[in-house]
Amino acid sequence: MCYPRSHRRDLRPTDEDLSVGTLGRGHPAFVGMQALERERLPMSFAFTLFAAITVAGGLAAVLLKNTVHCALALTVAFAGLALLFLDLDAQFAGFAQILVYIGAVAILVVFAILLTRGSETPKDGVFSKNWFAGLVIAAGVFAVLGWAVLASAYALPGPGGAPTATPTVTVAEIGQALISRYVLPLEIVALLLTAALIGAVIVAMDEKERAR
Amino acid sequence: MFELLDQIFVLLKHSLVGFLPLWMQPVASVLVSVVVIICLFPALFALTTVLERKGLGRIQNRIGPNRTGPFGILQPVADGIKSLTKEDIVPSSADGVVHFLAPIVLVVAVFMGFAVLPMGRNMALVEMDAGLLFFFAMGASTELSVFMAGWSSRNKYSLLGAMRAVAQMISYEVPLLMSSVAVVMITGSLSLGKIVEAQNHYTWGLPHWYIFTPWGLAGFLMYAIAATAETNRSPFDLPEGESELVAGYHTEYSGFKFALFFLGEYLAMFSISGLGTTLFLGGWSAPFEFLSWVPSWIWFFSKLMLSICVFIWLRGTLPRLRQDQLMNFAWKFVLPLTMLNLLVTALWRFLGPGWEQWVYCSAILALAYVAMARVGMRAEHFGPRKYRYAE
Repeated sequence: MCYPRSHRRDLRPTDEDLSVGTLGRGHPAFVGMQALERERLPMSFAFTLFAAITVAGGLAAVLLKNTVHCALALTVAFAGLALLFLDLDAQFAGFAQILVYIGAVAILVVFAILLTRGSETPKDGVFSKNWFAGLVIAAGVFAVLGWAVLASAYALPGPGGAPTATPTVTVAEIGQALISRYVLPLEIVALLLTAALIGAVIVAMDEKERAR
Repeated sequence: MFELLDQIFVLLKHSLVGFLPLWMQPVASVLVSVVVIICLFPALFALTTVLERKGLGRIQNRIGPNRTGPFGILQPVADGIKSLTKEDIVPSSADGVVHFLAPIVLVVAVFMGFAVLPMGRNMALVEMDAGLLFFFAMGASTELSVFMAGWSSRNKYSLLGAMRAVAQMISYEVPLLMSSVAVVMITGSLSLGKIVEAQNHYTWGLPHWYIFTPWGLAGFLMYAIAATAETNRSPFDLPEGESELVAGYHTEYSGFKFALFFLGEYLAMFSISGLGTTLFLGGWSAPFEFLSWVPSWIWFFSKLMLSICVFIWLRGTLPRLRQDQLMNFAWKFVLPLTMLNLLVTALWRFLGPGWEQWVYCSAILALAYVAMARVGMRAEHFGPRKYRYAE
């Protein structure tokens, strides 16, 4: 990823070298190191680590007994996903993942758990009776996702579908695309969210009147 | 000479890192910056606790701490030693792991925010394309740690405090983000470095800071309100309202874990003031052109400390809000005004330079403010005070 060097007004001769960010990923030594790493290992160490965090969080979310613990473990899985996005140089997706999923969805899940039922562990375990149906659905979803991922690998340019360097997309480009090409999906999502918001307000109002 | 002073820390770091072999340099460079941030801001925190206690004392017509060292300056050292040597009590019914993790998650998430703040010319740890987004992402993850602390303590006051804190932080995060979006709309970039650069221009020796525009002033005021609520500072310190909730979500924390919560709270204050400085007050740029020779980091930290002094002043002056007032204020007053501010910012952008943009934008914002305040006051039915129980 190239960190954008901002246009400083009064540049000093040593400015590019001085900047703290310069010694980051753009540094020749670092790039060389990365290239070496990529050649030797099919999967980078970072990817393995983040994938392990994500999978461990997901497993814990399913297997833990306490519901609030499950919600917190789910947050770990969200964080792992965000780290994976960042590892792929997808800054916007990564930060949006943290902001929306850890900042809002996890809190929502936790609130829902605390406000609806007690977070105490049920005596008869947390496993649902129709776990087999759940397993089949999960396997189906996983199969579809896996098929999509495997099919998309060949869409990338490169010899024999080998993964090439990740394209760098800046946040500004994402914004442009959202406003120009994908403006209709954006508006539809916005409409849906507004409808949900109004619906929530109406539900809350109704309850208040009944209480009186 | 002045250029050397301006870049002195950057040069120091580079000469320090230069002793190492080339392959170690990127890692060492980042490490040095991280260590500096981790040392500098807790030191500033120690200073601020004295400043706050002294300042509050003066506001409340008392002297404040004056026993430890000259003028009580060594008070934070004594406090630190005390909290380090105190027994770490964990309630027997508490959820051990979560109880242990909560203060750590809080402090780590808060420290992350400093990574993108430009603390001087060329003095940001990482210059990110989406720096602002990164900052808010990190800020949002502190909410979960507050919840973890309150829930894991198994104490009704802790849980109530945590629920209040989370509800408040979510409510005020919306205006916080929305008021910052106005700046992004004008600058056209989420990079904090670029936002400072865009404000680092002068006309007649006066700076182009965003606070000196109608939308910027409105945005800054709403940002300041939301930031005060987001850091749980008075008058929005309901989550820790000691008259109702003992101490809120950190009731069951003692010793150094409590100190970590205390540290996290002040660090959040520093980072959110730093972001406000960057967004609206020109970051590290000088307030007048003829003062541009003063090192940039001096300006950044002066503005930061000035914001901290305003926080302390507010705490000494304003009484605490009620829960319903807090929520009504966020959703019915601040949020609509920030939405309107976005429209006004767009108008400012498309009217282009000239006197029209100043007149129209100021008029719209002032009218909306007055109208909303009038309607809000009317709805509250303020009148002569009525005593229902004490007659």
